[in-house]
Amino acid sequence: MTYLDDGVLRHLRSVVDLPDLSATRYEVIREIGRGGMGTVYLAHDRDLDRDVALKVLNAPDPTGDLRRRLVAEARHLARLEHPGIVPVHDVGHLPDERVFYVMRHVKGVRLDAWRRRASGLTHVLRVFRSLCEVVAFAHAEGVIHRDLKPENILVGPFGEVLVLDWGIAKRLRGQATEDDPRPPHAPAVTTRDEPSATADVGRTLPGSIIGTPTWMAPEQARGETASLDERTDVYGLGAILYFLLAGRAPFDEATSRERILERVMREEPAPLRQIDRIIPKPLAAICAKAMARARDARYASAAELASDVDMYQEGRPVTAHREGPIGAASRVLSRYRAVVLMILAYLVMRAVMLLI
Amino acid sequence: MTPENDAPSRNFPDTSWSAVLGVRSGDEGVRARSLEALAQVYWKPVYKHVRLRWGRGPEDAQDLTQEFFSRALEKRFFDAWDPARGRFRTFLRVCLDGFLANEAKAAGRLKRGGGILHLPLEFKRAEGEITMAPVPSPDTIERHFDAEWARSLFELTVESLKAACDAEGKAISYRIFERYDLEGSDEERSTYAMLAEELRIPITQVTNHLAWARRRFRALLLERLRALCATDEEFQKEARSLLGLDV
Repeated sequence: MTYLDDGVLRHLRSVVDLPDLSATRYEVIREIGRGGMGTVYLAHDRDLDRDVALKVLNAPDPTGDLRRRLVAEARHLARLEHPGIVPVHDVGHLPDERVFYVMRHVKGVRLDAWRRRASGLTHVLRVFRSLCEVVAFAHAEGVIHRDLKPENILVGPFGEVLVLDWGIAKRLRGQATEDDPRPPHAPAVTTRDEPSATADVGRTLPGSIIGTPTWMAPEQARGETASLDERTDVYGLGAILYFLLAGRAPFDEATSRERILERVMREEPAPLRQIDRIIPKPLAAICAKAMARARDARYASAAELASDVDMYQEGRPVTAHREGPIGAASRVLSRYRAVVLMILAYLVMRAVMLLI
Repeated sequence: MTPENDAPSRNFPDTSWSAVLGVRSGDEGVRARSLEALAQVYWKPVYKHVRLRWGRGPEDAQDLTQEFFSRALEKRFFDAWDPARGRFRTFLRVCLDGFLANEAKAAGRLKRGGGILHLPLEFKRAEGEITMAPVPSPDTIERHFDAEWARSLFELTVESLKAACDAEGKAISYRIFERYDLEGSDEERSTYAMLAEELRIPITQVTNHLAWARRRFRALLLERLRALCATDEEFQKEARSLLGLDV
């Protein structure tokens, strides 16, 4: 029997899990990320001679149903033309019955890494505001992402935000039909029996739990995939704001998947101001409203959430927080600092003149 | 020549036969066959454990390894294992430590080597491996047992792959797998182009053969792993933790 030393064993372990792309136009270069739903690889597209990001979903798809749904979704999503959205441009099937989809390989710093280097609340909020804008655009087009998390968000050198991995996004409105003209970058894979307008990947994935436990909304944790809407993404944005403000995820990432799901469904995350007293009350309130366990208590859309963040940045009262007289005075003072300082200087000058 | 399109390999092995359940069967024949299947994967980790954790000499360790599996069959050691309470691998190691502790106490009274199970075990090779590898420290001895178990599993799967390739007339697929995946370190590994030149086939055929062999290797590995688990849940956990696979 052949002795396998540790080096060979490591190599074999890595190739055992490599997707078999021999029947496609892609070649795996290396693994670049691994999450609850699948693994992302850097791959090379031989036909177009360019590098791409290729995600292989964990769930097997013996009937081909999942691939058909993903193709339909990707075709619809190809219409989402926004500089912050990185669309899926190919979907395929591996010989072991797993499904993969291909995205443009974009460069940037992942939001979690960016947060470690970010300085100043204003900067952090500007990036978060841009993120809300991208998601709000998708919502306006009737699409929800369903897996918003720092790993799926890249920040460019000028603070521009890119949202990746729209492969499991869901369309709430609209329908891709055979008659629809395909946009130039629509998925290359074609299938005859496209699903109806209610196509939903969640129905095909085991347990119907879509997303990543640490960042998912309670309704996702309960597996209610059919009823997810914009407010599910609002929760995801709230969880990201929580991470940006607190420097850690809402629920402890070190525990098991089952335990995180249980906590998401039953518990509130530790209050932000308990983690750091410096976090302004209105921002903590915005985050708490976005992450409310009851969907009705959340912002109705990413646009509404963004608007409240704008209000905070402009020194106006936010809808999520009822402030007292001291809070209001402090906010007004802060907003009109220059004017207040000028009045104070004038009063002091008058007082000095009276004394002389 | 290119590999034919075989039926898609499944993530879940077809077989639901489990050696770890079979070893607790009421049927003596099933029990013996199951133990033999387990011993095939476990004998080397057991031997190395006896040598390294218990500091026994090579001859003594050989006797004790044979004796452990014979005694496990005879005394039905594994009947007490509860899948809900932990991995079989951990249970087996605990049984082994108990057996060795008892054996040490009864040294001189126990007649060893007369067990009822005779396995064709390559102790010389195992001994050679011990001398080649660094000696594990006392606090890593448990991890060492797990690592040796994984090594054993992979080695047996390589043998199965070779046998399958020979039987199916796909010797060239195995040859490419062996050259590319089993020989040399990452730095020394031949390129696809080098293999293509060596075997006088186009590069695309090299990658096709390699992809086919890896796919088959994966299926055979999962099939073996499935037989070493009691439930689907345990199988999925093992595949994820030991191999980094989501099945």
